[in-house]
Amino acid sequence: MAPLNELYDAILNGDAKKAHSATEAALAAGTPPMELIACSMVPAMDEVGRLFEAEEYFVPELLLAGRAMKSAMSLLRPLLAASGQKMSVRAVIGTVKGDLHDIGKNIVASMLEGSGFEVIDLGSDVSPEKFVAAVEELKPHVVCMSALLTVTMPAMKTTIDALQNAGLRTKVKVLIGGAPVTSQYAKEIGADGYSENASGAVGLVKSLLAEV
Amino acid sequence: MAIPAVDGLLYGVSPHPLSCGLGLTIGGGTVFPEVNFTLPPMNIAEDTWADVVAHYEQMAGHILRRAVALGVPGIVLEFELLPAMTDRPEWGAEITAVLKRHLTAFHEKHHIGCALRVTPTDIRDQQKPPLMRTGEPWQRLRRSLELCAEAGADILSIESIGGKEVHDHALMYGDFSGIVFALGVLAPRDMSWLWRQIGSICAAHPGTVSGADSACGFANTAMQLAHQKMLPEVLAAVVRVMSSVRSLAAFEQGAVGPSKDCAYEGPVIKAITGYPISMEGKSASCAHFSPVGNIAAAMCDLWSNESVQNVRLLSGSAPEAFTELLAYDCRLMNTAAASEGGALQMRNWMTKSDEWLSPQAAVLSPAATIRIAGAIVAAGTHYHRTIAAGRAAVEILKDGVARQKINISRKEQQWLTRMDEALEAFPPDERTLAIEMEEVYGGLYDKASYGL
Repeated sequence: MAPLNELYDAILNGDAKKAHSATEAALAAGTPPMELIACSMVPAMDEVGRLFEAEEYFVPELLLAGRAMKSAMSLLRPLLAASGQKMSVRAVIGTVKGDLHDIGKNIVASMLEGSGFEVIDLGSDVSPEKFVAAVEELKPHVVCMSALLTVTMPAMKTTIDALQNAGLRTKVKVLIGGAPVTSQYAKEIGADGYSENASGAVGLVKSLLAEV
Repeated sequence: MAIPAVDGLLYGVSPHPLSCGLGLTIGGGTVFPEVNFTLPPMNIAEDTWADVVAHYEQMAGHILRRAVALGVPGIVLEFELLPAMTDRPEWGAEITAVLKRHLTAFHEKHHIGCALRVTPTDIRDQQKPPLMRTGEPWQRLRRSLELCAEAGADILSIESIGGKEVHDHALMYGDFSGIVFALGVLAPRDMSWLWRQIGSICAAHPGTVSGADSACGFANTAMQLAHQKMLPEVLAAVVRVMSSVRSLAAFEQGAVGPSKDCAYEGPVIKAITGYPISMEGKSASCAHFSPVGNIAAAMCDLWSNESVQNVRLLSGSAPEAFTELLAYDCRLMNTAAASEGGALQMRNWMTKSDEWLSPQAAVLSPAATIRIAGAIVAAGTHYHRTIAAGRAAVEILKDGVARQKINISRKEQQWLTRMDEALEAFPPDERTLAIEMEEVYGGLYDKASYGL
């Protein structure tokens, strides 16, 4: 099997070891890193996403595919950096201050990574100041915030206000999500978008950035 | 087992009824509503605290007003602290005192039995990896438990999170070894330690009983993710059953119930210990949807709404509306139980209604409960009991598929086979598994927090 197909199948099957070895083989054969990303990795993750949407895959298969993709990327990243090429989109993600729930946020982070985005996960209970500092330092295209509790939802607005006060709001798209969050709430607090599930969040990021 | 026979497992009746609070006996033949309520979206801060207190004053007033109007035979209020109220223990204690004042006045005026369950938030996972037995979060949690007991809590409960730091990760990756390690090794070790602490706090506060725990952070997380098609339903159902063992550990350390409403593992606990349980199902749709709407009530002693926000509905406030729902549910169950054989008939109808609607319901029937409880008590350690519970759950689901009682997808059936094989391949002792798991998850948990 050609290395490109091997890598595609390894990611689809969530096999990190095979993804790593297939990437090594492809690079040794002279395949350019960007070709591996464009011809194997992104199509594989697109197929994983399709299978998840069709309820053929559950989150474990999705995350294992993401892990396989990361394994391959660990070989490609240094090569891309050396050649001056960058990942196209950078996202900062976190659960807002006062909220320790992070499963939903972790799923979104993994799906964004699986879609080829660079994701910086700030963790849970993230203060507005920490979000602001991350935006200042890392200059992401997108900030994603999650909350599970009704009483921590207001921290999303506090964070957006903090970005505004720091003069950063126009430089970044803000997405919110979580069980009690609604699209109406997103509008009320000035977020750019809301998704009710993880796969929707990925599509939303893509569509928002396409508008830029 | 306290209840060895399927037909002995009835709602409203427990071999060890619990007398607590103000003239209330739970599990003595009557099912009571347990009403749980929370704030609408709002900040909890110094400058909003007066509004927070006003919400709880209003909710208690509305709930008890409806309880009187519908002539409930007794009632339990549950106050689940929000994280900020545990972080600042005095806040949780203040609300506890407010609610107890309402219940005391209600009892004195209407002579209706009542009790206040108070459930501080387990905030020990504020740092990574979480420190379970030391550190500031644990000190604040302990203080919260003490102050709530002092302020009038009749029943202390918690939804503890020991082992969750590994379980979350293992669940998301479908790693069954990690799931068993979390549920069968880490969680029971933390539960045993934590419930000794809670027991000592209750012993120092006469009138406060050591209630029970819930595997909410484990099994309900799995159930809700399965409900959203993110995890296999069969995996969530097996996780539910295996979580019984860690919840049982509270009772091994002196807890007397009632088991928490969101602990759908409650029937197994009732069968083994004979202590009363609280359950939630169709009337908890204010908080979440459920695949076990009726069957969850089949063996309950308290019937709960899980949690409702203080928002306005056409009828009135949502907490008052859901008090009415619970009150009528309980009236029907108690009316049926007043007739000869009525409780068993009603239980069987509630069971038949849902039993094969989902894997989660299939492991919740009285027959499944007795089968699972029997498998647990026949095994020795928490680790072996967790595996035994998992095997029993898989067998029940396989039987359901073989008898064409339950319809699950090909993909779900593959997961069932995968779990079946995994359960046969575990090492013979927890020490071996712990060594294996340390290599995979060692960075996620603090060994000393689990006595490892």
